[in-house]
Amino acid sequence: MIPNKKGYFGEFGGKFVPETLMSALRELEKEYSRARADKKFNQELRHYLGQYAGRPTPLYFAQRLSKKLSGIKVYLKREDLLHTGAHKINNTLGQALLAVRMKKPRIIAETGAGQHGVATATVASLFGLQCDVYMGTEDIHRQALNVFRMKLLGARVIPVESGSKTLKDACNEAIRDWVTNVRDTHYIIGSVVGPHPYPLMVRDFQCVIGKEAKRQIFKEEKRLPDYLLACVGGGSNSIGLFHPFFKNRRVKFIGVEAEGLGLSSGKHAATLVKGDLGVLHGSKSYLLQDKDGQINIAHSIAAGLDYPGVGPEHAYYKRIGRARYAAVSDDEALEGFSLLSEIEGIIPALESAHAIAYLRKIAPRLGKNKIVIVCLSGRGDKDIDIVKDVLKIKD
Amino acid sequence: MRMNRIDKKFKELRRQKKKALISFITCGDPNLTTTYQLALEFDRGGTDILELGVPFSDPLADGPVIQAASGRALKNKVNLASVFGLVKRVREKSEMPIALLTYYNIIYRFGIKNFVKQARLAGVDGVIVPDLPVEEARELIKEARKGKLATIFLLAPTTEAKRIRQICSASSGFIYYVSLTGTTGVRKTLPEELKRRLRQIKRITAKPVCVGFGISSPQQAAEAAAVADGVIVGSAIIKVIERNLGHKDLVSKVAEFAGRLRGAL
Repeated sequence: MIPNKKGYFGEFGGKFVPETLMSALRELEKEYSRARADKKFNQELRHYLGQYAGRPTPLYFAQRLSKKLSGIKVYLKREDLLHTGAHKINNTLGQALLAVRMKKPRIIAETGAGQHGVATATVASLFGLQCDVYMGTEDIHRQALNVFRMKLLGARVIPVESGSKTLKDACNEAIRDWVTNVRDTHYIIGSVVGPHPYPLMVRDFQCVIGKEAKRQIFKEEKRLPDYLLACVGGGSNSIGLFHPFFKNRRVKFIGVEAEGLGLSSGKHAATLVKGDLGVLHGSKSYLLQDKDGQINIAHSIAAGLDYPGVGPEHAYYKRIGRARYAAVSDDEALEGFSLLSEIEGIIPALESAHAIAYLRKIAPRLGKNKIVIVCLSGRGDKDIDIVKDVLKIKD
Repeated sequence: MRMNRIDKKFKELRRQKKKALISFITCGDPNLTTTYQLALEFDRGGTDILELGVPFSDPLADGPVIQAASGRALKNKVNLASVFGLVKRVREKSEMPIALLTYYNIIYRFGIKNFVKQARLAGVDGVIVPDLPVEEARELIKEARKGKLATIFLLAPTTEAKRIRQICSASSGFIYYVSLTGTTGVRKTLPEELKRRLRQIKRITAKPVCVGFGISSPQQAAEAAAVADGVIVGSAIIKVIERNLGHKDLVSKVAEFAGRLRGAL
């Protein structure tokens, strides 16, 4: 079973944190394994996922897109329809219920695009928890709408001025806060990254995506899909879709990273495609780093992909060849964004637009009637301003 | 067989019934020449062990003061090779024990075997890795033992009794007790539980235990040293560097502060 007891997926994962956090991680591990086996906890989580977040989400057959893409059959897993607008709430609901179980009155989170921040602020308000969200000032600037939403929800948004002023630095600050306030605070990490048990726990909470999709595609097509496709930043929506199909060897996994301004420009976030092995934010995985081990600044037009690390389970999938990882550029992602908006009436998040863009690229090679499930991880309302600016320049 | 300089130092201090002053600076802050001068001044002024920070882009156990120091050092492109070069130069003039503090990715990227080898060749005596708990440190411990490099692990206020034993047995040189839950940085007061925790640790191990994090003044250093074998002062020293950036008398001002710390112990 992966991960093993020490939190390793093959050689990836582990627990690389300051000593002060070790007891909190152990407590979390214990409480999580208890909760996982607890009928009441699972019932409660299912209740909130259904009645509050809006699960199950549809598996929508995108007819016009399919026709346009050489006659493959494209199904969209509509996580964009969830409350708060992205898959992030699957995880924050689970972790907030855990925080309540552990009697921690305060939760903190890091956020890049603001989607995880909003999803955390939302559950904090739902369960009456105090909430602080760390966000780089660069991201605060480009995701102003989500900052406002978090504030409306009663959370405090703490600007992070250090380093690249984006997601990586927000993570550093959140960890520093946790080291300081570990006794009364639970840190809700938003992706399948961080020290054990986070990659395991966040994956489990996100697996609802793949489990539903499996049931739904069977009902619709009476067979498994040929391909699963999802964008990868830290990697939570993709692992959530992939993992339940892990043992179905014929189902191929494709993860799409952000190529930003191009792989050779140095301004990208293609960690699995271009990174090297290293240790950051609590686990061993692929990283964007220089020859001395200093972490490089990632770049993507999609703030949610703008991260120089990636979840250890993805690193493992890459190593054993279970998944294939590719990257598309900012410009291609924008084309994917426009394509889905125009042809299906669905405005995707720029993150999810990366998956659409890659699908468009490879569709002619896949073969007619191949079934592809794409995780549409979030909706694009948050990105309207960015897209408006860029497309204007192009006109 | 040669004894590790850190062990030798603590033996000597015990004989003299003295407490260790461990001074921390980041290598290359604000430049390598200053670090070289400070190292020699510290030695002259009674610092017992130099803790030298190797800068990392994402120092998540550090507060704003040491983060800024790392930032200044990284502007000078300081890396392990330049740190080893500096230690070699200091070794031509000084036998003061030197421990490196850095984050695990720096060592991992360099290669653990190679790191230990180069560290010993340069004259480094110990290593502290704040994001490497004992469970993940097997390879580093194995190589360090072979190279006679001390592995100094941290104990936190939240560490349970069973782990304290495990960490003490994996540690060599000394044990680094983190005085508070938090990052490095100056604090107004020391936590009340400090004495009780140190007594608990001293019952478990005979190895030297030194206290760091938050010690900001000679008075606090004296207070902490009363219950420990030594104190580690970092942010407070770096604040003096920060205040005197660009001034000719930076080195003498910092040395003077370290001297006052020595005087209080």
